[in-house]
Amino acid sequence: MAALITHSPILIIAIPLLAAFLTLPIGMASKKARNALLIVSLAFVTFLVIILARDISINGIHIYTLGATSPELTLPGGAMVPIRIILEVDAMSIFMGIIWATVSLAAAIFSLSHMASETGQNRFYTLLLLMVTGGFGMMFTGDLFNLFVFLEIASISGAALIAFRTRFADAVEGGFKYIVISAVAGLIFLFGVGLLYAQYNSLNIGFLANAMQYSTLDIIALTLFLVALTIKTGMVPLHMWYPDSYTVAPANITAMLVITSHACMYAVFRICFSLYGITLDATTVGWIIVIIGLLTMFVGVTMAVFQTDVMRFMSYHAISQMGYMWMGVGVGLAVLGNPEALATYGRDAISGGIFHILNHAMYKPLLFMTAGALFHRTGTRDLNKMGGLGHNMKFTLILYIIGTLSIAGIPPLNGFASKFLIYESVYQFNPVLAVVAMLVSIITLASFTKAFQSAFTGPQLPEYKDVKEVPKPMLIGMGILAAGIIFTSIFPGLIVERIVNPATDALINQAAYVNGIMGGGMP
Amino acid sequence: MIESPSGFWGPVVWIIAAIVALLIAYFIQRRGEKAYKKGVQSETFLMGNPKLSEGETHVKAHNIYWGFFEGLKKYYVPTITAHTGIINDHLIWLIAGIAIVMIILFVAGGI
Repeated sequence: MAALITHSPILIIAIPLLAAFLTLPIGMASKKARNALLIVSLAFVTFLVIILARDISINGIHIYTLGATSPELTLPGGAMVPIRIILEVDAMSIFMGIIWATVSLAAAIFSLSHMASETGQNRFYTLLLLMVTGGFGMMFTGDLFNLFVFLEIASISGAALIAFRTRFADAVEGGFKYIVISAVAGLIFLFGVGLLYAQYNSLNIGFLANAMQYSTLDIIALTLFLVALTIKTGMVPLHMWYPDSYTVAPANITAMLVITSHACMYAVFRICFSLYGITLDATTVGWIIVIIGLLTMFVGVTMAVFQTDVMRFMSYHAISQMGYMWMGVGVGLAVLGNPEALATYGRDAISGGIFHILNHAMYKPLLFMTAGALFHRTGTRDLNKMGGLGHNMKFTLILYIIGTLSIAGIPPLNGFASKFLIYESVYQFNPVLAVVAMLVSIITLASFTKAFQSAFTGPQLPEYKDVKEVPKPMLIGMGILAAGIIFTSIFPGLIVERIVNPATDALINQAAYVNGIMGGGMP
Repeated sequence: MIESPSGFWGPVVWIIAAIVALLIAYFIQRRGEKAYKKGVQSETFLMGNPKLSEGETHVKAHNIYWGFFEGLKKYYVPTITAHTGIINDHLIWLIAGIAIVMIILFVAGGI
């Protein structure tokens, strides 16, 4: 078990990568064996993430140096510069890892039925597992260039998955938009990496943080990182590609794409807190993030309420909810240089934002999957053509209600718990921000009521009289996420204390992150 | 239970309070009209006009909140117009974003 824990960071990345390439030959021989490989590999990865999380909660940051005699040896032979590929997994990274593992597993189970009638399933699952690899890599890497590489892996596989159902013209268009935006954003990010490498001769985040001077070139690099990752996250005003792409992907893939957006958001936070940290003009960058978050919340929700395509409606809400996370973490960043404000409300604001990532990662994929369930049975995404589906799709209805109450921040659901932390801490920073956040929640509830009324309530429409509930694997996939929502709703204190606050502290504590590398791997 | 800078949130307390409220509502409902006949009073009555078919009585999504959108037309028209769906426009927003963020950071940093 000790060896498994030691090597778990690389195993978590390598297992889905290996499974991705095994899927094709195994799938050609047996469909059942391929499905078993998919579920077993993702379940084992989830297990590894859990034992790694436990180890980090006890022993702190987990370093893994590839090719070293010992995985902890970041500076071999007394070298001053870390030269190997290094994975650095702290409480924030593993927090994201837990989310990614859970959602990937739920989405994979959901896809067994949802994609059953599609051709080319071997390729589909290969791409799905490659996206899982890219996501974990982004979360665990301690190296800027590898962050770019894993971002590209997730983006290319994501684009192919969006365009997977090539019989729909809008799916191909969505995939095209996604790959163009991802490629441009990736190149801008790479240019920023090049600027830092040219100055400091290293790509390691810990080393760069130690050497950072916040020079003119560093500011240009920061701008490139911020904007490249902002467009990849789908923040206003760089969000316009997002609904066009996420709407047309299979629902389980959209659920996973939401988490890849979270991974890009995680990269923004990692760069601001761990790479630039104390050298950063935290107040200015914090306010930039807060304003982007505020715009995203408001524009996202007002555009969502207008939609009649159920997946497009969900996509705009995904954009809107990410505004809360940016606002919470942005407020914490803005007061990073003020220890009193950080202790009074800044840390809680960051915790609220991070807690909202976790909650969003459960209710949003669930809602995308319920939208996928509606499409699966009706063959349309148009809410104008739906009605009375609650009569025959009772489980989907219940799961939709759980997701709706959670996203709207209705007590006692988990969405309320994280929004409560954000409202109360952000209010102390600037009351206007909290007022807008609450207004957005009200419009969120109103718009989900519209979708609920349109799809589920009313008399049974003649064309949907014979509609049946979706197959069990789809219900199990959605059920896993709903169970997570209910657990988090009942025990928010436990989640905040054990998972969220350690992630917040890991983000704030730049010295610990730097020491993980520059201390030679010793915590 | 989680604590914020000025309060706390305990879902268990809230759930207990909600159960009590639901029990009170149920008690009031039990004391309601005993002569109610299911399927008679709940029939749709449209000023004596013939009953519409099931599909026609369902309010479609595009009709919901019509007044809200009309009232906020000055916001919605330009916002929806900006969402062209053309990738060239998305990339123009990206370049503008880089320029704006860089100017703010340089001005704030006194460079």
